[in-house]
Amino acid sequence: MGQKYLMKGNEAIAEAAIRAGCKHFFGYPITPQTEVAAYMAKQMPKIGGTYLQAESEVAAINMVLGAAAAGVRAMTSSSSPGISLKTEGISYIAGSDLPCVIINVMRGSPGLGGIQPSQADYWQATRALGHGDFQVIVFAPSSVQEIVDLLGKAFDLAEKYRMPAMMLADGMLGQMMEPVEFPETEPKMAEKPWAVTGHNNERPHNIINSLYLTPSDLEEIVVNRFKRYDEVKKNEVMYEAYQTDDAEYGVVAYGATARVVKSAVNQARAKGIKVGLLRPITVWPFPEKEVAAFGNQVKKILCVEMSMGQMIDDVKLAVNGSCPVEFYGRTGGVVPSPAEVLKAIEEMAK
Amino acid sequence: MSLNLLIAGFGGQGVLFMGKVAAYTAMVEDKYVSWLPSYGPEMRGGTANCSVCIDDKEIGCPLISEPETLVVLNRPSYDKYVNAVLPGGHIFIDSTLIDVTCERKDIHVHYVPCTQMAQDSGMKQLANVVMLGNVLKETGFTTFDVLCKAMEQCVPPKKKDLLEPNLKALKLGYEYQG
Repeated sequence: MGQKYLMKGNEAIAEAAIRAGCKHFFGYPITPQTEVAAYMAKQMPKIGGTYLQAESEVAAINMVLGAAAAGVRAMTSSSSPGISLKTEGISYIAGSDLPCVIINVMRGSPGLGGIQPSQADYWQATRALGHGDFQVIVFAPSSVQEIVDLLGKAFDLAEKYRMPAMMLADGMLGQMMEPVEFPETEPKMAEKPWAVTGHNNERPHNIINSLYLTPSDLEEIVVNRFKRYDEVKKNEVMYEAYQTDDAEYGVVAYGATARVVKSAVNQARAKGIKVGLLRPITVWPFPEKEVAAFGNQVKKILCVEMSMGQMIDDVKLAVNGSCPVEFYGRTGGVVPSPAEVLKAIEEMAK
Repeated sequence: MSLNLLIAGFGGQGVLFMGKVAAYTAMVEDKYVSWLPSYGPEMRGGTANCSVCIDDKEIGCPLISEPETLVVLNRPSYDKYVNAVLPGGHIFIDSTLIDVTCERKDIHVHYVPCTQMAQDSGMKQLANVVMLGNVLKETGFTTFDVLCKAMEQCVPPKKKDLLEPNLKALKLGYEYQG
């Protein structure tokens, strides 16, 4: 670790990606993530990389597909409505077994919605980031430093498992400045013998494709892909347990919301309520075992989100009826205050 | 010493820059800090605001809805936030632009004619910095020396000639007796 910088989340995303060896960025402006593209536009030419503002989100994600097929580290970034436009391309990338990183700085929705922070794309990110049988590794950082820590990992895991990885942030994380340190380690790029790179006829052609017209062939490919997903589920779950050791009541929250919850947990503890927070850092793979164990430990769980309640489905599946699961959320771009969450915790503990 | 500061005013008054300088004091002192701007369509002429949290511990929610210290640089911001200030907290009012008498008795009220002061000193653009100097004086969230170092980090190398007037404006606010 070296020097500390005071940086916006969006700028940190871009800088961390560059340091992780990303030399190809394709984007299209949308609030509240535009600083990612602005930073890339400034820096990429200096390092011999490519920054390209595409004609649309659809074009940008297909450029990512092309760059990833050629074996380079490629990234795109957008916010909720723009991510919806990219989903077709993301499905093609997953169906072609290509690694890439996609940033979603979530904003209020549906439709054009608003531009303030939201977490209402959880279902989209973890269930259906495009058509078909596939998953994407989804990281949900809760600080600017954590964005930096996870971005290199997102590229590494995307390459290791040959699948897209997503950084699921929100407008608050994107816009806020916090001190960050960047890792001094050099990125380790995976060998990519499958890449379409040009080879002077020295090896058989590589083909990147997602079209298989024989059902049994396609089935085999999808089933094998899901075996890789099983490995991801086994190896890559990340979470943080905060004040959980002696907790009688539990809260599950992720991303920026988890910060609000931490403040509320501290206030509740000061009032004598033994409450702890379990914060998924990867939301796919979801920390199923840890949430299940949490459900066995506490009397009740409160799920707090900036949505009408989406991650709560995963919490309920993991808990599987072992304790009641309640919900508190704000949506449309409204950030819950620590006081509101404290009230919800007090209600739960009544 | 922790800081929980909300700054509000018109877009163009330097609300975000003022918050940024305050935030950089934490970088100088190696503390936890968060700086969160409003980023809505309210920029340029509308209302803009900025939350700055500084602490020795990790910062929870970076969005301040109940400030310990509030700076208001226009009337709409005063009306919107005056009742949100925590009891025992501070409100700093640009008394050149806001003609008001604060009725709250449970908070420290500071009337600082920072716009007038800046104008009188030929630094029309630096009312925000004058105000920041006074915020430091009255709250003591850091030392004057640290604040000057923070300012040095916030003035870009290309605009180096602006450093001196900015430091002068800080001092003007710091030495102002209400």
